Amino acid sequence: MSRRPYEREITSEWIFRHPRYLRYMVREFSCLFIGGYALLMVVGLERLSQGPAAWQGFLQALQSPASIAFHLVALAFSVYHSVTWFNLTPKAIPLPFISAAHYAGWVAVSIAVLWLAGVV
Amino acid sequence: MAKSNKPLVWGPFAAGGTLTAFLTPALIALTLLAGFGQVPEGLSYERLHGFAAHWLAKVALVVVIGLSLWSAAHRLRITCYDLGVRADAAVAALVYAGALAGTGAAVLYLLRI
Amino acid sequence: MTELCILRYNPETDDEPRFQSYEVPYREDWVVLDALNYIKENLDPTLSYRWSCHMAVCGSCGMMINQEPKLACKAFLRDYQGVIRVEPLRHFPIERDLVTVIDDFMAKLARVRPYLIPKDVKALEAGEYRQTPAELKRFKQYSMCINCMLCYAACPEYGLIPKYIGPAAIALAHRWNQDSRDAGREQRQEALAAKEGVWECSFVGACSEVCPEHVDPAGAIQQVKIRSTVDWYQEHLMPWLKK
Repeated sequence: MSRRPYEREITSEWIFRHPRYLRYMVREFSCLFIGGYALLMVVGLERLSQGPAAWQGFLQALQSPASIAFHLVALAFSVYHSVTWFNLTPKAIPLPFISAAHYAGWVAVSIAVLWLAGVV
Repeated sequence: MAKSNKPLVWGPFAAGGTLTAFLTPALIALTLLAGFGQVPEGLSYERLHGFAAHWLAKVALVVVIGLSLWSAAHRLRITCYDLGVRADAAVAALVYAGALAGTGAAVLYLLRI
Repeated sequence: MTELCILRYNPETDDEPRFQSYEVPYREDWVVLDALNYIKENLDPTLSYRWSCHMAVCGSCGMMINQEPKLACKAFLRDYQGVIRVEPLRHFPIERDLVTVIDDFMAKLARVRPYLIPKDVKALEAGEYRQTPAELKRFKQYSMCINCMLCYAACPEYGLIPKYIGPAAIALAHRWNQDSRDAGREQRQEALAAKEGVWECSFVGACSEVCPEHVDPAGAIQQVKIRSTVDWYQEHLMPWLKK
């Protein structure tokens, strides 16, 4: 009797084999928007360093439809990143109330940022 | 099998992922408001320039931008591999260099403020 | 009646695997394993598959049922509609029909030294090791692993990177690292902290979702990652500190 093991090919179809893999890819794709927003911050700093006129131009550019669309999509992905990150934290750090503490911290930090910026 | 140096890359990724989870949504909300014409007071030239002029704020901004870019870069590297891109070393070099370049640029601009 | 569509492969006659359909009776209390046994006893004695306890403790009957890694003895016919697709556990080479080559996992399991490595060898006269319930809780869930390899089939990173040591091996190493009687963490780090150790994991979490014993290998892996990272920075930034 001879052995001839068969190796099945690995393709990218695994992503669609179950909703959990699709959700994982969505979570991973959030990096494009979080990284993209960080780059936006870099551009903002450049304009800020160039003086009031340049900064005004930056604020104006934020009002373009492309910018608004990017922001809305980025906000959705960013929130998805936060929620998935906080939901996975208890697995990595098995301390009691760690998840609740993270969500509470998220609320606190968000309020602090909005307050410092004069929004609330 | 030698111990990997992955922690060098993973540590900042984990820190950046945690930081962006806490901070990024609120930051996006600020510039989104500006996009709707409701510029928050803190984003006016006088307020923001005054804020960024302080050395502590500069350090904070570099840390936030640096860790955000690094964690995004690391995740992008892994995503490329998940999608079947085999040239991991090349992708890694590209994404991390990009993150460092973005951080370097931020440092440059902040030094002018 | 229910239809099972099973991936067959005979290494002596087939170039490639192919699907074969069988009609089996539908019983309210039957699992897929019962259907396979019916096929083997009544329809086709050439069908090959692993099984033993029929009660989800031996870990033998892992296979892909409608593309999900499951224990055949725990997958009830009543939970499925239409044709039930049965294939060998993914990410392992097919030996024959539903039997996979599991050598890779066995080698990786041995590599993490999944046994007690005490600090000093204790003489028998010294008596038993004592543990508090709290000390037991630290490792109990990781000791529930039945080596069924469903987690390897679910893990896309193991599929993409065959060298990856994988969820169960790491969970079992973590079981011993967390045991208060054990002092072998450093020795296991050789395998765990290597590139093909924990670092190929991207925290998909599928492993923990499919685990029939709720071991939570994903959690174990992240905990090892954090510990390995702390170790690394300590070694490189403060080498004078003893661990």
